[in-house]
Amino acid sequence: MKQPGLWRFHGGLKLDARTARATGDQIGTIPVPPQLVLPLSQHVGQPAEPIVVPGERVLCGQPIARPSGYVGAKVHASSSGTVVEIANHPVPHPSGLAAPCIVIETDGLDERWTGYEPLSDYAALTGPELRARVRAAGVVGLGGAAFPTAVKLGAGSGLKLLILNGAECEPYICCDELLLRERAAEVLAGAQILLQALAIPRCVIAIENDKPLALEALELAIARAADPRLEVVSVPAVYPEGGERQLIKVLTGEEVPARGLPPDIGYLCHNVGTAAAVARAVLQGEPLISRIVTVTGDGVAGPRNVDVRLGTPISALVQACGGYTGEAAHLLMGGAMMGFPLADDSLPVIKGTNCIVVASREEIRPRAPVMPCIRCGECAEVCPAQLLPQQLYWHARSDDLEPLDDYHLFDCIECGCCDLACPSQIPLTQYFRYAKTELWARQHDRVRSDLARERFEARRDRLEAEQAARKQRLEEKARAADEARGDEQARKAMIDAALERVQARRDAGASGPPGKDE
Amino acid sequence: MIAAVAVIAGIALLFGLALGFAAVRFRTEGDPVVDRIDALLPQTQCGQCSFAGCRPYAEAIAAGTADINRCPPGGEATIRALADLLERDPKPLDPESGEIKPRTVAVIDEPLCIGCTLCIQACPVDAILGAGKQMHTVIASECTGCELCVAPCPVDCIAMVEEPVTLKTWKWPRPAEPLAAERR
Repeated sequence: MKQPGLWRFHGGLKLDARTARATGDQIGTIPVPPQLVLPLSQHVGQPAEPIVVPGERVLCGQPIARPSGYVGAKVHASSSGTVVEIANHPVPHPSGLAAPCIVIETDGLDERWTGYEPLSDYAALTGPELRARVRAAGVVGLGGAAFPTAVKLGAGSGLKLLILNGAECEPYICCDELLLRERAAEVLAGAQILLQALAIPRCVIAIENDKPLALEALELAIARAADPRLEVVSVPAVYPEGGERQLIKVLTGEEVPARGLPPDIGYLCHNVGTAAAVARAVLQGEPLISRIVTVTGDGVAGPRNVDVRLGTPISALVQACGGYTGEAAHLLMGGAMMGFPLADDSLPVIKGTNCIVVASREEIRPRAPVMPCIRCGECAEVCPAQLLPQQLYWHARSDDLEPLDDYHLFDCIECGCCDLACPSQIPLTQYFRYAKTELWARQHDRVRSDLARERFEARRDRLEAEQAARKQRLEEKARAADEARGDEQARKAMIDAALERVQARRDAGASGPPGKDE
Repeated sequence: MIAAVAVIAGIALLFGLALGFAAVRFRTEGDPVVDRIDALLPQTQCGQCSFAGCRPYAEAIAAGTADINRCPPGGEATIRALADLLERDPKPLDPESGEIKPRTVAVIDEPLCIGCTLCIQACPVDAILGAGKQMHTVIASECTGCELCVAPCPVDCIAMVEEPVTLKTWKWPRPAEPLAAERR
């Protein structure tokens, strides 16, 4: 292992990892449950559109919904069976809301769909072809945010370094550690595919230094792969190092600009689990239908990591890990820092589910009463985005949200360090989340009101034009009548002409075609 | 003495000419204050402020004949923004103009609709589609929820329905803050 000069990112906290209990066992598997619930919206962007109908039989790995926009991912059936319903079901989301889901009654046969061909030699494929395969397989970032991987792969050219993120910094979560321990070769294969797809010369795989077994396994796999482009770097364990901006800073000393993305400075960051999913998608033609989930906490009898089919209810997952203990009090998805509570365990595992924590009362204590901010500045000391949380807090608390953008609210990664550091127990992160969603809503309202103004003005102009036209018509008529009245002779001539016409028509008699007024 | 007066008068004349030229050359079309006020209003065009739309209300605010707290659809955020813009103190909503309600969308009960077109004429943003003796329907994405179509309907087939919260429109709640020191 090379240990180049590492940098540090600003702030951060040293947290108790709490992963030991779940890393003792190998990655387990669980049987396919009788019913799978697959939400159509599992990430940012537009929800996917179903391409199956209730009653249709689907095979394991068959696409059942396609993305409706550029930022989107396909959804695949994670086992064979019958689609019984496409309806709203509660989904794992901080809101606890219900959203459209495809429900599959499984038949236990787990019959494979063979629409995507396995491909052992991808050397001839171009970047866009590889990207298309990744997109077809519905691969998304498996670190938790579930951003569609193919979109990230379209992020430009001339990149100098691919970073595979194995720095799992959140307490409790250890699914990437187990993946690296048991499937390091697959991760490396994924890295090689990503390198080829974007013509990147080098790849660094970052692992925190408190995971020696994973490091060992990865070094062994790299020695076997004998690929000089791949390199593993052990980084000190500081929360939130798993954030891509923080990891890039640690590895390269460079900072991703605010409102910018890593490709702007030549880097691309993917989770190690994502790399493994890319390898399976390209080499085996296997879409993203399962993922490794850490099930842990004092409230579960046998904490461990499980390779589970997407759509499996969390209750089945906990059951497979020995069930609940008497201490179970809280159910969280994600880690203890950035996770969110779930209302109940009937919710399905989705692409972004990296960890299920069943915590006891002791592990997650209720917050002490909130005290006034004393402007101690502890929050600014620990903020990894180098923001001023206390300043953001003052504005958010007084609902004076417009200046928050000037204080770079949208650079907040919601890591929760400031919450933990605050001696007054102020729920800072929740204020920032509130302010962010409120500002997005206002932005949305502004777009709508601009549309309404446009339509209102268009209608006003139309009505004015119609009125003007009517007025003009009336005026013309009046003028014509006036002229006729003024010129008696012309009037007489008009009457005579009319009489003549009538006479002529009478003379024509029945032989001519009947007139309109006859 | 005379030279000094002449110089000052000359300078005054010069600046006067410069200003006069600028006033003609760089004339602004319309009233920019009205535009800025109008940009802050929600464009519901509902008339709850007693003016015939958002623009006339903006003009009245700019002229000083209407107060800034007469827009229920905009709610407190709009009052605050107007107060900021005009450097006045924010004040609570005028109860005469109405109350703050969640945003709604008009929905026509289509089997009941007789196709009278009265609602189409009432809609300030042309968000209702239909023709005489044909069923009408609301283009939901264009509807501002102004409720102006509800009253003219002779068969009462228009209902105002609250927009459902989806994963995309859901907002994190504001933290309930039982400040220990303030409670005491």
